[in-house]
Amino acid sequence: MTFTRRCMSLLLGTALLATALVPAADAQTVVGVTATEIKVGNTNPYSGPASAYGTIGKVIGAYFKKVNEEGGINGRKINYITYDDGYSPPKTVEMVRKLVEQDQVAVLFQTLGTPPNSAIHKYMNQQKVPHLFVATGATKWNDPKNFPWTMGYQPNYQTEGRIYAGDVLKNHPNAKVGILYQNDDYGKDYLKGFEDGLGEAGKKLIVMKQSYEVTDPTIDSQIVNLKNSGATVFFNITIPKFAVQAIKKAHDIGWKPVHYLNNVSSSLGTVLKPAGFEASKGLITALYMKEVTDPQWRNDKGFQEWVAFMKKYYPEGALDQQENAYGYNVAILMTHVLKQAGNDLSRENIMRQAANLKNVELPMLLPGIKVNTSPTDFAPIEQEQLARFNGEKWDLYGEIFDAFRRQ
Amino acid sequence: MGSRAPRVLLVLAILAVACVLPFTVSNFRLFQFTQVYIYAIAILGLNMLTGYNGQFSLGHGAFYAMGAYVSAIMMDKWNIHYAWTIPVAGVLCLIVGFLFGLPALRLEGLYLALATFSLALAVPQILKYFEHWTGGSQGLVLSKPGAPFGIKLNPDQWLYFVTLAVMALLFWLSANLLRGRVGRAIVAIRDNHIAAEAMGVNTSLYKSLVFGVSAAYTGVAGALSASAIAYVAPDSFNIFLSITLLIGAVIGGLASISGAVFGAFFIQFVPNWAQDISKAAPWAIFGIFLIVFMYVMPFGIAGAIRLLWIRTRRSRVALTPEARDTAHSQAPRTT
Repeated sequence: MTFTRRCMSLLLGTALLATALVPAADAQTVVGVTATEIKVGNTNPYSGPASAYGTIGKVIGAYFKKVNEEGGINGRKINYITYDDGYSPPKTVEMVRKLVEQDQVAVLFQTLGTPPNSAIHKYMNQQKVPHLFVATGATKWNDPKNFPWTMGYQPNYQTEGRIYAGDVLKNHPNAKVGILYQNDDYGKDYLKGFEDGLGEAGKKLIVMKQSYEVTDPTIDSQIVNLKNSGATVFFNITIPKFAVQAIKKAHDIGWKPVHYLNNVSSSLGTVLKPAGFEASKGLITALYMKEVTDPQWRNDKGFQEWVAFMKKYYPEGALDQQENAYGYNVAILMTHVLKQAGNDLSRENIMRQAANLKNVELPMLLPGIKVNTSPTDFAPIEQEQLARFNGEKWDLYGEIFDAFRRQ
Repeated sequence: MGSRAPRVLLVLAILAVACVLPFTVSNFRLFQFTQVYIYAIAILGLNMLTGYNGQFSLGHGAFYAMGAYVSAIMMDKWNIHYAWTIPVAGVLCLIVGFLFGLPALRLEGLYLALATFSLALAVPQILKYFEHWTGGSQGLVLSKPGAPFGIKLNPDQWLYFVTLAVMALLFWLSANLLRGRVGRAIVAIRDNHIAAEAMGVNTSLYKSLVFGVSAAYTGVAGALSASAIAYVAPDSFNIFLSITLLIGAVIGGLASISGAVFGAFFIQFVPNWAQDISKAAPWAIFGIFLIVFMYVMPFGIAGAIRLLWIRTRRSRVALTPEARDTAHSQAPRTT
C-alpha cells in the first residue's frame, strides 16, 4: 500500500530532521569560551519602530572588530552575535533563547529597550547567564539581590529628575514650577524623580503639570497654558521633536522661565540648532556624555579617538549621532570587563568582575565621570553634571552629582 | 474526495510525530514549535474569516493582544490559574468580535480591511491608557507555568503539549464546523452573498458569527502566547503582527485548514532564515521569499500540496485498464 509507505517515509523523515536539530553534547566546562574565542550575544532593533537605535548594535560590532584586529582579549577573539528583535518582546525572547541555548554565548550584552529586556529578565537569571549593561534608562535593572545576573548601564531617568530638583531647591527656592511631560513611563519616571527630589516643598512649588501623547502633532497649547500659570521655572520632559517645538514656542510668546531640559533632548544637532541657538540660550540640562555635536570637544582626546575609530571601522555611521558614541563607550566597558576577568571566563567570574569596576574612565564620558560598581550596586554610571547653554555650547557648572553617594 | 480513512491516518501520524518531538529536540526548538502552533491557531481564526467567509481583516493582532492581556491580567491581578484564563479569553474575544462584526457588516472588502486596521493601530495605545490594569508600556511580567501533578516534564515541554492539545481541539472543531451546513453557508456568502440570501441564509448573522469565532480563535492564541512568552507589553502587539498573520493565512493557503499550520511555519521560520542569509537587508530577503511563494504556489502551500496530490492520483487512475486509451497511458509506472 503506497499510502502507508508514504506515511512511514514522512515519519522517518521527520524523525531524522528532529535528531539533526538536537545540539551536539557540549564537552567544555566554560560555556561560550574556547582557547581562541569568546561568544558575546546581543539583540538590537535593526527593523521596526525603534530602528533608529539599531546603530548602537552596529557600532558595538565595529568596536569588537577593532579589538579582534588588535589581537583580541588575552589571545581570544570576540565572536559577537547580534540578532534583530524589531523591538518586539516575543521576538527578543526567541532570539535570546537562541543565543543562550543554541549559540551558547558566554554573556548577553546591551540588549536594547525596556520592554524587550523586561521579557527576558527572569529567564536570564534562571539560566544564570550574565545580562550585562542593558540599554535602557529604567530603574529596575539595579536589583542585585533579586536579579544577580542583570546589570544596567546608563544613569536612570529618576536620578536625573532628582538632580534638577536639587538645583531648583538650591537656586530657585521660591519659584513657581511648571512641568511638561510625555505621558508614558519615560515621562513619568522623570516626573517621579523630580517630585521625589523636591519632597514636601514640591506641593507648594509646582503650579502646573501638562502632559502630551507621543502621537500628538503639537504641544503649543500646553506651552501657552504653562506660561499663563505664571510659572517661573519650566521642567521640560520631552523627546527631541517636541523639545524643539517647546523651546521655539516659549521663545515666540515671550515666556522666559528658568528652563530645565531633559538629557534625552540635549543634542545640539537635533534639538538646539533646529530650535534656534538664540532661543536655546540659558537652557539647563544634566549630562554624563560628551555631546558629539558640541564644538567644545573638537580638540578633546577622547572625542578625536572616537572620530578616528568611526572613520576606520564604521564609516557608514553618522558622526552627529550620539548613539554611535554611546555604543562605543559601552563596548569599551565590556572589553574592559572581559580583560579584567583574565583567564577565568566562567559566567560567575565575568559577573563578579562586572560587579567590581573601580573608577573606570571611558573616552566619551564627561571628564570626571567614572564607572563604578560593587556587589550591591549594579548601576554603573550614576554621576551627571549640570550644564547651561551659552548660545554656542554647553557650559558645565557646579560639581558632579553622584546619586549613589547621596542616597 | 472519496474515503476519509487515509486522511485520518495522516492526521494521526502527524500527531504522533508531534507527540514524540518534545523528547527529541532541544528546548529552544520546542519553544519555536510552540510558537508555530500558537500562530497556527490565530491564522486558522483569520482564515475562517478571510478564506472561508471572504471578509478581510488587517486587525487580528488586536484580538491576539486582547486574548493575551485578558489572560495576563487574570493571572497577574487575581492569581487565576492560566488554564482558566484561556477559555475566558476566547469567550471575551468571541463577544467583542461579534459586536465588532455587527457594524462591520456595512463595510465590504477594502473598507472592512481599513476598519480592522484602525483597530490594530488603536489597541497598543489603549493598552497604555489603562495603566493600572495593563502595566502601561512596561507591560506585565508573568511566570511560566510548569507541569502539574508531578508530571516529569519541564515547562517548555509542558507548554508545548498544552498548546498542541488546544490546537488539536480547535482544529477539530473548525473542521466540523466548516464541513457541515454552517460551513457551506459561510462559503456561499463569500462566493455570492445575494444567492446565499436567496437560499435562506441569514447573511448578517452568519457574518457577525464568523467574525466572533475568528476573534475567539485568535484570542485563544494570544492567551497561550502570554504564558509561552511569560510577558505582555504593547510593543508585542504592534501593527506588524496583524500583517504577519495575514501573510501566514495567504501563504499557507486561504480556505484551507491545514494551510494555517503551513502558514504558521512560514511566519515563524522564514524571517529567521532571511536574517541568516543577509544581516543587512533581512526584510528584502523575506520579500523575495514572499514573491517566490506567491508565484510558485498561487493557492498557498496547502493548495500546492492538494494540486500535487490530485495530479499523482490522476496519473494512477490513468493507468487502470478503463482509462488505458488516455494520453497518460504511456507514463512510466511509479510506486
